[in-house]
Amino acid sequence: MNTATKPEAIKDASMLKQKEMIARNYDALTGAPESGKKIVSTFVPGNLNELINSFGLLNNLPEINAINNGMRKQSGAMIMDAERSGHSEDVCTYVKADIGMMSKGNIAPNGKVMPPPNLLLLSYTGCFTFMKWFELLRKEYNCDTVMLQVPYTGDGVITDNMRNFVVKQLKEEVIPALEKTSGVKFDIDRLRENMARSAKAEDDLVWVLESAKNVRSPIDAYFGGVYYIGPIFTAFRGTQDAIEYYQLLRGEIEKRMQDGLGPVTPEGDMGEEKYRLVVEGPPNWTSFREFWKMFYDEGAVVVASTYTKVGGVYDEGFRHDPTNPLESLADYCLGCYTNRNMPSRVDLIEKYMNEYQADGLLINSIKSCNSFSAGQLMMMNEIEKRTGKPGAFIETDLVDPRYFSAANVKNRLESYFQMVDQKRRSTRTA
Amino acid sequence: MSTAEIIARCEELYEDTTFAASRAWKEAVPGRKVVGFMPVYIPEEIIHAAGMLPLGILGGGDNLEVIHGDAFYQSYICRIPRSTIELGLTGRLDFVDGMLFPSICDVIRNLSGMWKLMKPGVYAKYFDVPQNYRDDIGGTYYQNEMQELRHDMEKLSGNTITDEALNNSIAIYNQHRQLVRDVYAMRSAEPWKVPSSEVYLVMRAGQVLPVEEHIVMLNEYLAAVVKEDKPIRDKCRIITCGSFCEQPPLNLIKSIEMAGCYVVDDDYMLVNRWLMEEVPTDGDPIKSLADAFLHHSADSSAKYCDTQEKVGQYLLDSVIKNKAEGVIFAAPSFCDPALLERPLLSAKMSENNVPHISFKYAENSGQMQPIREQAGTFADSIKLWS
Ligand code: SF4
Ligand code: SF4
Repeated sequence: MNTATKPEAIKDASMLKQKEMIARNYDALTGAPESGKKIVSTFVPGNLNELINSFGLLNNLPEINAINNGMRKQSGAMIMDAERSGHSEDVCTYVKADIGMMSKGNIAPNGKVMPPPNLLLLSYTGCFTFMKWFELLRKEYNCDTVMLQVPYTGDGVITDNMRNFVVKQLKEEVIPALEKTSGVKFDIDRLRENMARSAKAEDDLVWVLESAKNVRSPIDAYFGGVYYIGPIFTAFRGTQDAIEYYQLLRGEIEKRMQDGLGPVTPEGDMGEEKYRLVVEGPPNWTSFREFWKMFYDEGAVVVASTYTKVGGVYDEGFRHDPTNPLESLADYCLGCYTNRNMPSRVDLIEKYMNEYQADGLLINSIKSCNSFSAGQLMMMNEIEKRTGKPGAFIETDLVDPRYFSAANVKNRLESYFQMVDQKRRSTRTA
Repeated sequence: MSTAEIIARCEELYEDTTFAASRAWKEAVPGRKVVGFMPVYIPEEIIHAAGMLPLGILGGGDNLEVIHGDAFYQSYICRIPRSTIELGLTGRLDFVDGMLFPSICDVIRNLSGMWKLMKPGVYAKYFDVPQNYRDDIGGTYYQNEMQELRHDMEKLSGNTITDEALNNSIAIYNQHRQLVRDVYAMRSAEPWKVPSSEVYLVMRAGQVLPVEEHIVMLNEYLAAVVKEDKPIRDKCRIITCGSFCEQPPLNLIKSIEMAGCYVVDDDYMLVNRWLMEEVPTDGDPIKSLADAFLHHSADSSAKYCDTQEKVGQYLLDSVIKNKAEGVIFAAPSFCDPALLERPLLSAKMSENNVPHISFKYAENSGQMQPIREQAGTFADSIKLWS
């Protein structure tokens, strides 16, 4: 292995910037008791970061903590703890990792204790589990809770009734709760400023994701993609940091394109691009590196993924709009990927298959997540029917290591790549 | 009619996965239409007022062999969507003109879109309900959603739904709900006369029959039960909780009884009891239905509980009201709402010294022995320690 393949050699400026942002955010969260800052716990899809920030509140996302614990191989024990205390083996492992983390002292990734939240903001977009998750947390923390119900777009459209309902809840439930927690009066201009910053960062994010339309994609839009969406999906949307991060990232990718390079992997620049895939479903976090390696070792690049739309679908034109801040926040929540109905999800994947010139669709079906998983087999069949390209189905879990069988996944992927090869050969001869 | 005759008829309806009774209703008059709906609640009055038959679809039970449906779902997803797909793909629902998928969980939610893809020519709608219980917020939203449904039902049926027709339907459903409450109350008062398996079958019949016919049946059943002379047995009084969507096999319900339990409350087919008080019939019907939903509806795991104090209170209230000695949490495997809420409910029971046990089932579970043993041990321990 030459030096260029060592992980240290591939730390781009954007990566360092993101690392520093995350560390700073965890320090702010764990330092809240000293700084006097207040913490709002909320969820990634449909999060109201611009609004939360406009009150000077900190944003803690339990899914991100679960992901962190998954990547650091600590979630397995946390999940088992939660199951021992009566939580079913059948339910979402994010919930159990979160509850298990509490029973292990609520230690944040920086090694310090995560203080309890001052407010649970249940922005319930695209998943029913959120609702009961926060009821469980409310019992543990005994703190204020406010709920934002985001209607499901069952007919594939956002109606006025849905939008008005969300806006009304923002005005009459969420904002008063944030005012109470923060002691700060709502300032719509501050919100507008945050949203304008969001839109700027979103422009660059879309540019980055769409760079994968190039044949010889400069990015991996799934394994790399989860890093690229980090700031915009979490505590940084609406901040200057996010703008700077995406500018840096865009610059780096522009450079990769000029140099004719493929995606960055943990082992350096990726070799030849042999397969272009669209991936549906979240990744597995407990064996993330091992999982990724199974792709880049085979020359498989993910050119588009639906998981990178779970915290907002921006590539269809949506931007946070400072001129209509509350309506725009409502549209953002309503439009997140898992809040879209099945036909819309299939249409989006079909579009990706065509626009990104993909060789096939791979579904990583997650045991934990009915929101994503229920219906995926039908989605695969629909896509195969519509595009004539082969689909493949693998099953893993988010943060429960018991459900990642490396040998099975690898076998499945290898036969899938053979299938893609065969399909190509038959298309060429036809 | 005797209870045995009524139950025999209900059993026939229960076992018929071709929905012959609902088909017959449709065929009796040209132009009639049928609208299917899944658990847990929809305002049936709106379908009824359009002159259509609301048909409750509760999966395929243990009578239906699922061949195609399994190819649509991974092993870790509950059973009801796959057997519902099976019903759809095998032509058993070909007489259904529309399908409603109420807001209950992500599986049913996604099934609504799958139905659209699978049956492009058939009306299919995800029917959302409010989790915000303020009249001016959740109430307004819900009224508009119901108006949209009303409009769709008018289009589907070709009939205008006047306020008068809707109020009339509410009155009929009020009568129905009252009779359903009476049956439950009678079972709670004299459970030795009203076995849980009978109540289940009688309620299940209401999913496939026109409401008017079911009202007659409920009246007949209530009258017949009074005449029953069954001995009181030394059984303990329990409540089953968690079976509001995918239904347990009938044998499971019977097994709990045979294990020494009188079931004095349950959450099977909540649609029959969702609105807990009489809905006014002299005002704006949509507003009346919305008010009833927001302020007088059943609690279940599919609903958000807005304060910590209220979590599980519905179950505790039922324990007190029905003088139950224990709770059996019986939920379908992989059922997110039931299984996520279970730790909260069981904590509430423990805090109030209500004994409880838990198990999971599937609509086609065959092996009842373990459940009988578990329920039997539970019943014995209650008798011993209470
Ligand atoms: S079920 Fe899926 S969307 Fe919901 S919390 Fe779990 S992982 Fe997230
Ligand atoms: S059984 Fe539970 S998870 Fe399955 S569809 Fe019904 S409510 Fe949803």
